[in-house]
Amino acid sequence: MSAHDTTEPTRRDFLYIATGMAGVVGAGAFAWPFIDQMRPDASTLAVSSIEVDVSAVQPGMSLTVKWRGKPIFIRNRTPKEVEEAKAVELSQLKDPIARNANLPTDAQATDADRTASKDKENWLVMVGVCTHLGCIPLGQQGDFGGWFCPCHGSHYDTAGRVRKGPAPENLPIPPLSFISDTVIKIG
Amino acid sequence: MSGGHSSYTPNTGIEKWIDARLPLPRLMYDSFVAYPVPRNLNYAYAFGGILALMLVSQILTGVVLAMHYAADTGLAFTSVEKIMRDVNSGWLLRYLHSNGASMFFLAVYVHIFRGLYYGSYKAPRELLWILGVIILLLMMATAFMGYVLPWGQMSFWGATVITGFFTAFPIIGDPIQQLLLGGFAVDNPTLNRFFSLHYLLPFMIAGVVVLHVWALHVTGQTNPTGIEVKSKTDTVAFTPYATVKDAFGLVLFFILFAYFVFYLPNYMGHPDNYIQADSLKTPAHIVPEWYFLPFYAMLRAITFNIGPINSKLGGVLIMFGSIAILFIVPWLDTSKVRSAVYRPWYKLFFWVFVANAIMLGWLGSRPAEGLYTLFSQVGTAYYFGFFVVLMPLLGLIETPRRLPNSITEAVLAKNKSGGQPAGIAAAPETKG
Repeated sequence: MSAHDTTEPTRRDFLYIATGMAGVVGAGAFAWPFIDQMRPDASTLAVSSIEVDVSAVQPGMSLTVKWRGKPIFIRNRTPKEVEEAKAVELSQLKDPIARNANLPTDAQATDADRTASKDKENWLVMVGVCTHLGCIPLGQQGDFGGWFCPCHGSHYDTAGRVRKGPAPENLPIPPLSFISDTVIKIG
Repeated sequence: MSGGHSSYTPNTGIEKWIDARLPLPRLMYDSFVAYPVPRNLNYAYAFGGILALMLVSQILTGVVLAMHYAADTGLAFTSVEKIMRDVNSGWLLRYLHSNGASMFFLAVYVHIFRGLYYGSYKAPRELLWILGVIILLLMMATAFMGYVLPWGQMSFWGATVITGFFTAFPIIGDPIQQLLLGGFAVDNPTLNRFFSLHYLLPFMIAGVVVLHVWALHVTGQTNPTGIEVKSKTDTVAFTPYATVKDAFGLVLFFILFAYFVFYLPNYMGHPDNYIQADSLKTPAHIVPEWYFLPFYAMLRAITFNIGPINSKLGGVLIMFGSIAILFIVPWLDTSKVRSAVYRPWYKLFFWVFVANAIMLGWLGSRPAEGLYTLFSQVGTAYYFGFFVVLMPLLGLIETPRRLPNSITEAVLAKNKSGGQPAGIAAAPETKG
């Protein structure tokens, strides 16, 4: 092979590529803060957990509190509601996953895995935001006696599991714990 | 423009001085005075000009309203009420702006239907059409964000529902929604950025409008016959013929606009938006503004899972798809004939499409239950069927009516039955 067949890269070629690369990296670095500033800021992310005293919430009563800008439904369910929720077979559910932040992600949506804790099966604590497009469902309404979203007609049962309508998932359970018999810590 | 030579002749010294340095008067003269337009344009062609004026009107009223508005969740609602009650002429400016949005969409929908009827999207006007679809998308984004600014109940919950669309996408959905909202729910960061973008986007629309008009002036306008301009007798000068016709259409349109502003200023709004936003209480019945209702109906029509796509993602894809499909319309229509005037079957299915779009709009305003959902599903099927089945198929199987040889021939044939002397109609530009 003679030396004339290939052209040696020149210093100019190197400069073109180096300048081009520097331009691309520079443009990317310059664009990043413009995108980054749109993300939730430090004050929004600083979500202190909240503690809720539920001693006044009798069976059949509900309480709505605000956490991370979203409503949290806390319901002291009646024995009838608990029985209804327990009687549902997993095969009847549109979404068979528990959606419980306190359990493994593959936990099944049995009533026991939806409630606040094993020995407090009457307590149901959920993020009260419809999993369809984010409306606030209305309590103790709809075909299953649980929650009903007026926006696009999703029905949830007494364990907050979607049973009918366009919502794809059960109402999510936030991270929570009972720090005493009557105080729930959310977050 | 349009391939012809410039006929602009500067007469005075100052005109010559400017023309040699920045020939802007020449550009204006060639584009809006001497520019040849088909002689048979009807009033459906006035809506381009009407839309340009509506954009100017919205920008003017919007800039002034921004002087009195406060983009803060604690202040926004009361600042809008202050505009209505305390600011001098504030009520008029706000009603012009809010009803102006509705009139803008009314005009753009007529403009789009006119394009679909006369085949304005067909070669060589594909880019012209695509630029128009981009303008429509920008208009929708602008209108949506503008509706959030008064911070009423519909503002808040509309924003919640619409940004919720993005959560339908697996994995990337939630981060995208948080990026749009600047938080976990619609709140102050959301309102601030929406205000900033609502102010920016109209100027981007204006930029795309310039490209849209540029593309129009390269290919020339279509006309009701769909036949390209072939000779000088096919056209008349933009000024005075098209200018006056557009201006007359504009006057009629602005009378309608004024009727809403002065007599029915809240007819197209929603009473819930006069209640301040409450993040813990959803209104019983969330509906978007009327101009989004057909798309909303299609979103809600998907109540069933399609294979691995759940109903929520399916609805969102259908809704985005209903706009996205417009981008490929120039390639879906296989017919060699441009105008529906000469396409009997396409004409029929076109009017069914218009009726269907209106029906979907009505269904979007109804609750999502029972028969309404079923009709929405049928309407959605026809909407997409019109584009992906009827448009390609009709071009292949339909027998079009005989086309006239030229625009002039079509006009003369029409006028003969009207009894006008042929000589007058044949050369209108040489009249007195």
